[in-house]
This record gives sequence, C-alpha cells and structure tokens, in this order.
Amino acid sequence: MDLIVNGVRHTVALEAEMPLLWAIRDELGLTGTKYGCGLAQCGACTVLVDGIAVRSCITPVESVAGQQITTIEAIGEDAVGRRVVEAWVAHQVPQCGYCQSGQVMAATSLLKQIAQPSEAEVAAAMTNLCRCGTYNAIAAAMRQAAQG
Amino acid sequence: MTFLATPEAAAPLNLSRRGLLGAAAGALVLGLGARPAASQATPAAEAMPNPFAALLELRADGTARLQMPFVEGGQGVSTALAQILGEELDLEPARLLLECAPPGARYKLPGAPRVTGGSSSVRTSIAPLRRLGATARAMLVEAAAIRLEVPAGSLTTEPGFVVHAASGRRIGYGELAEAASAQPVPAGVTLRDRDKFRWIGKPVARLDVRAKSTGKMVYGIDLAVEGMLQAAVQHAPRYGMEPAEIRNEAAVLALPGVHSLHRLPGAVAVVADRWWRAHRAAETLQVAWREAAPGAANAMPADFSTRALRDRQQAAPGPGITAETAGDASGALKGAARVVEASYDAPLLAHGQLEPPSALASWNAEAGTLELWVPNQAPDMYLPVVARAAGIAPEKVTLHSPPLGGFFGRHFLYEAASPFPQAIALTKATGRPVKVIWSREAEFLRDAFRPAALVRFRGGIDASGLPVALEAEIVCDHLLNRTFGAPADRHDRTVVEGIANKVYAFPNRRVAHVVQRSPAMVGFWRSVGHSYNDFFMECFLDELAEAGQTDPFALRQRLVEKSPRHQALLAAVAELSGGWKRGPFTAPDGSRRARGIALSSPFGTEVATIAEVSIQDGRARAHDVWVAIDPGSIVNPSTVVEQVQSAVAIGLSSALLEEVVYEHGTPRARNYDGYPILPPDQMPRVHVRIIESGAPMGGVGEPGVPGVPPAVVNAVFALTGQRIRSLPLSRARFGRVS
Ligand code: FES
Ligand code: FES
Repeated sequence: MDLIVNGVRHTVALEAEMPLLWAIRDELGLTGTKYGCGLAQCGACTVLVDGIAVRSCITPVESVAGQQITTIEAIGEDAVGRRVVEAWVAHQVPQCGYCQSGQVMAATSLLKQIAQPSEAEVAAAMTNLCRCGTYNAIAAAMRQAAQG
Repeated sequence: MTFLATPEAAAPLNLSRRGLLGAAAGALVLGLGARPAASQATPAAEAMPNPFAALLELRADGTARLQMPFVEGGQGVSTALAQILGEELDLEPARLLLECAPPGARYKLPGAPRVTGGSSSVRTSIAPLRRLGATARAMLVEAAAIRLEVPAGSLTTEPGFVVHAASGRRIGYGELAEAASAQPVPAGVTLRDRDKFRWIGKPVARLDVRAKSTGKMVYGIDLAVEGMLQAAVQHAPRYGMEPAEIRNEAAVLALPGVHSLHRLPGAVAVVADRWWRAHRAAETLQVAWREAAPGAANAMPADFSTRALRDRQQAAPGPGITAETAGDASGALKGAARVVEASYDAPLLAHGQLEPPSALASWNAEAGTLELWVPNQAPDMYLPVVARAAGIAPEKVTLHSPPLGGFFGRHFLYEAASPFPQAIALTKATGRPVKVIWSREAEFLRDAFRPAALVRFRGGIDASGLPVALEAEIVCDHLLNRTFGAPADRHDRTVVEGIANKVYAFPNRRVAHVVQRSPAMVGFWRSVGHSYNDFFMECFLDELAEAGQTDPFALRQRLVEKSPRHQALLAAVAELSGGWKRGPFTAPDGSRRARGIALSSPFGTEVATIAEVSIQDGRARAHDVWVAIDPGSIVNPSTVVEQVQSAVAIGLSSALLEEVVYEHGTPRARNYDGYPILPPDQMPRVHVRIIESGAPMGGVGEPGVPGVPPAVVNAVFALTGQRIRSLPLSRARFGRVS
C-alpha cells in the first residue's frame, strides 16, 4: 500500500490492521509521534489525516492509505502549525514533553478548521492527557495561536 | 545522548562513541586522563576536580557541554543547572548543552548526589556547580594570561570570552580550553556577588522547549541502533508466577515478523522486527502460568485485594515503631477537654507517566560488554544491578540515561518493575540489540505503586479549642526497607513525613509507623509520604478546629504563632486568594462554593494551599487553587511556577480520581480507561506566589503536590458537611448543596 506522510509517498508492505502509529514510528522511523496508551485514551499519538486530528494508535494503516498524513516532523511546513509551535514556545508549554507532539497536532488541527475557536470548541478538541499537568499553559498558548 | 536532541547526536547509531565520552565530532574533549597531577591529590571528598577532566567540555563553536548529575524529565533541572553554571563560568545558559552523566566517580560533582529525586537536584548542586563554573573560569583566565603574556589580574571575562580590556583583545573559551585544562586547579575561587546575578533567580526560558514542541526530543522509547530487534512481553498475571506451557507457540512463531519466543522470569517475551508485531504476538500467546514456588520473593497471592488490605491496615495492632514523641500524649489525651478520633486512608497509586518503560540493550559477546539505554533516575544505583543481570563486571557496562517522558518516582531502581533485565536477557539470547517496550497494559501490571496508607488519629483539644495532644499511628509498608534495604525494625521516615515534625509541634505527641508489608510492588511517588500524610494531617486538623469551634485558617495562624516564616506564608496565600473566606458562598456563576486550606512542609520547602470547590453532578470540582511557596531561595521563578502547576494537577488527580484496585491478586485497571488521570477539563486555575525567605534552599518539583488533596477535601467539608477520610473523592457522591 502507499502511505503519503508529510508529502512523501512510501510504498510499504504492512499488515492492513497495523496501527498507523507503528507504521510511522517503526517503518518510517518518524518517532516524534508518541505511544502512550494504544487505546485512544491519551492522544500522544495524534497525527493529521487530510488535516484532521486522529489518534493513530487505533487507526489501521490501510484505512488511511493514499490520504495525506501529517506528523509533527512536518509541523514547520504548515503556517498554522508554525504559529502553534511559536505559541507553545512563548508559553513554555512542554515539561517532560512526551505528550506535546500530540497536543501540538491537536491544536493545529483545530485551528485549521476553526481559526478563532470558542472556549467550548477548544475544550472539545483539546482532550489529550498530560501527566505533567501543562493544561493551563496549553490553554494560554491556544489563545495566543488563535489570535493569529 | 545529548539532552537537546538533534537526530545525529541523539540516535546512538555509532556504538564506538563510548570511548570518547560521547563527544560530537570536532569537539574538544579536554584533559582526558591528562591530569593525574600531584597538585590535585587532595583526598577530601569535596575537593573540586579539574572541571575539564570529565564534567565540562568547551567546544570550538563557543558552546559547552556539562555532564550533569541528574536526568531531565520535565522538571527543568537542565535549564536551572545551565543558569547556575553559566553564571559563574560566564557563558550564556542557552549555549550550554546538558546531559545526564554516565555513572562513575569521574562524573561525580563533589557534594551533589547522583539521584534525581527528593526534589534535591538544584539545592544540592548549586554550591558545587557554582564552584565548578568559577574554577573553570579562573583556569581559562590563567591560560589566557599565559597566551597574551599579561597578568591574569588584567583580564576579565564576558560571556564566552576572556577579555584584555587594555588592548581590546578577546579569546573565545573554546580556543583556550585545552590550555586551561592544563592549569593547576585553584584551591579557592571567588564567586559572583548575588546582586550581580544575570541568570540565577531569573525566568530564563527552558532550553528544551522548542525541541519538545516540534517532536525532536528523543526519549528512551524512540531509540534505535543498527540491527535492532524489538520485544514485547506478556507478564505473569501475578508476580512470582512462572511460564509453564505455551499452548500456541508454533502459531505465534509463524506470525509475520516474529523472530523468537523467550521464557523469562515471570514473563514470556516475543522478539520481532517491529514492536507492534511483537506486541500483537505477545498478546496472542496462550501461556499456562505456574504458581509461585513456596517462599518465592514478592509473590503475589491469588486472594490479594486492596479492599482486604485496607481492612488489615485498619486492624493492624499498634503501637508501632515510634518516630516522634514529645510530652505525654496519652496522659494529655486523658486530660483533654475533648478528644477526636478518626482514621484516614489513601490508596495505591500508579505513576502513570506518559512514556511507557523501555530498555534497549546491546550485548557484544566477543568483548563481553553491554551497552544499555534505560530510563532511570539513579545511574550509579542501576550500574551494579545491570552488571549483575548481564553477568559481567560494572566496567563492562555502558549505561545511558535518556531524557524521561515523565517520571514522578517511576524510574528509581525497582528491579522487578523495569524492563532492563528482560532486554539484557534478550540481547544475550539473540545476539542482536533488543529494545523492549512495555505496553501500557504491561506497565499498569508491573508499576511500583505508591504504597497504600492508613492512619489512626487521636487528638485532644483544651477548653480554648487549641490542640494539646496528637497520636498518629500510620499503617503502611516499609518503602525504604523494600527499595534500599533500610532496617525494617526502625521507622521509615518517608512513611511519617508530613505528620512527624510538623510545624504545629503540639506539646504532647506520639507519631508511629505500624509496619505492614503488602504484596504489591511499591515505589516512590511524587512527594512520597507527604502525598498521603499531608492529606491525613491537614484534614484531621480541620476536624480538631471543628471540634474546638475554631476557623481552620485562624487555628493554623495560632499554631504557627512562633514561626514568622509560616505566618508570612499564610498571609501570602490569603492575600493571593483575595482574603481568607471559607464559605459556603455563591460564586458569580451562581454555583455554591467553599474553600479549604492546608499547610505542608515537604522537602525543605514551605507551602500553603487554598482550594475552591463546588459540587457538579454529585462530584467535587476544583475551580481555583492558590499556592504560596517558600523554597528559601530559587534559581528560576518560571520553572517554580510551572512545577507548581504540574504538582497541583497531579495532586488534584490523586484527590479526585486515582486508585489502583486489586482483586484476586491482579490490578483491575490496565490502561487509562480504568485508571483515569486528571483530564484537561478538570484542571483548575492555579495562582502561585513565590516567597524567598532566605531560608536554606528547599525543593521545588514535589512540594506543590501534598497541599492539594487536603485543601480540596477541607473545602468539600465546608461546602457539604461531609468529612471524606478516604481517597479518591470519586468514590463519594455528593447531594445538592445549598
Ligand atoms: S497512544 Fe494513541 S491515544 Fe494514547
Ligand atoms: S508534558 Fe509531560 S505528559 Fe505532557
């Protein structure tokens, strides 16, 4: 099957049911996307599929073959993504950092769909867990990023 | 492993790096073994070694690298250490690269421990690190004086350069490094005046934030080496059981990518080319498990449950091992105007750090050497155990300590709770490098949990409502015995911290540890004994206040009358929250709310916490948490605020949600669905005031945690009249409040 990741087409021979997460990490060697739970609980594995945030740990790789997959490694190639990263840096969001690839991807997906989300829209989209408790910093960074 | 990860520097593809201290190509590695000089033969343990011998490397490009004693896991230690070293060395913190040093005496910073824990890193290393920086700077100046043929006294430094003002000449540190390393190590150095600090005490941006915002930080779980296989394990459902028959061995071996199956102590491992393939195969395995041999260490009985554990703790006979006494507690209780009795309990907790454990081991059979990457908080403690597991001498082990995707106490040495013995066994069995990753489910089965604890209190108050006597028997495992082999017939100070030696110093008191081993694996959890004892003590104090018809805040003010530091702390938290008001009161949104207060003294730091709660859908909800924190003095105010934010989140999480439940010898939850941790929509606003009282420096990473549960639970009582004595609060349903 063909996987289009960060604009590059890869032809891979993988089990259809292999989660996208492990195709990205182990097959393509892009380890910025993280494994936290494997059960759609934490969001550490969030990537964009055609611009929409998905939890790649429960996404069978075959189901996204041929679609545009964006990982944290390409965040700098997206204008919204760059803005999110700058807001993350300005607000010193990451602590251990392990959840933050997923947080940045979730934020980028939201702001690509809704440029100026309401607080309720932010709360609905930003559900990824952070054991370091960076939630208030994430909220502050979201407000900055949403202001463009 | 570089702390600021770049793909080239972080991926340990070049296994030959070990001989070169991991130096990047083109870097100046200075004074490697070049200075066995007699001038340094000072036997005193605290003598400053040549900074350039192992700890500090100055590079030609004007950057420098410190082999730091600690590991970064989000607590900001690397930035704090860069601020401290940079201040005295005269180098911008942003030009410093910090790595967790390999184990071994040559990397020891005199005076600083090699354990990342106890909220101790900055406070133990600030003095020696300042001396190290000043020593290196003095040696650079000496080298420049020789080069320029001018007196050293005519030279100054500016960040990264030695400067001869009279002639306008300047030489970069990197250029001077080799000559500097050959200078004698000065016996004494002058440190920078505090009022001239540029970085210490300032909100310097953390060095790793951009890498961590762009997915570039490389954690242990991300590592790969050439020819590596990956492994997943199926653990025995109960510790001590051993694999017997594997019913579908042939079928599993035939699965795509599977390389081999291995029976390991308490586990069966599948080795494959890709981790998910190994994981799926491990989940598919049908293993018959043999019961633990009689007398097997740490065997988990089939009938163990946390409910029964709590009952046994309740019934455990006192008086226990005395940890603190003063006056005559039982006599004073007899003479007290009123006596209050209560027992409180707190459950086993999982660490729930977001990065699941992993270990990457590479065995070189010809040389008899092992290279191991394993998340850890204590490389020098791991080394001998790793060596024993590999059956080789410690000198034959190269141990790497990658940045941690959260730890909270998870990565101390709990041999049975870490994948490194499995990785070592598998690399030796396969002859290939093997990375073991524990799935989240494997992790929740094998974590070393925060011990469950129960306290039996008796408190006496006099006619004026002032507490005059306290008895506390804390029934808990002996963590220091189990993890460090401390004598079991003495009390575990971590089990009594927070109740023993409390600032209130009731005139008559007895605090004791009733040792009761539990079969569950136990470990250190952020703020250790304070995480439960401060909940116990500060809630029971509110009960004493209630019995004496005193306001809880006013009672605490009276109890700290003799301590100006605590008076200031209480005043600060009250002011920060707009003045103490207990409630209940109606918030602008119409909800009924109340506030609770707690005082705690964890890790040399003093903390006062106020929480405001409401009841929504029968559940307690925290809206605001105000924290006044006095660590004496600090290095980075923004890191302190961030650590308090983080501590409030985990403290609240433990108060509201967290509990490891065992039934039939196994934990019920195996993922975050069954063990919820604080989600974003339950995060309160957090308001922080830092007080620098000038007292000896205390810790920062943990102290924000323990005040949160009691402040919240005390607020819940003020609001509902229900006194919750058992966590988490999610077990309780609250009715409508008016
Ligand atoms: S790893 Fe995918 S949601 Fe946790
Ligand atoms: S920054 Fe550590 S889990 Fe979010």
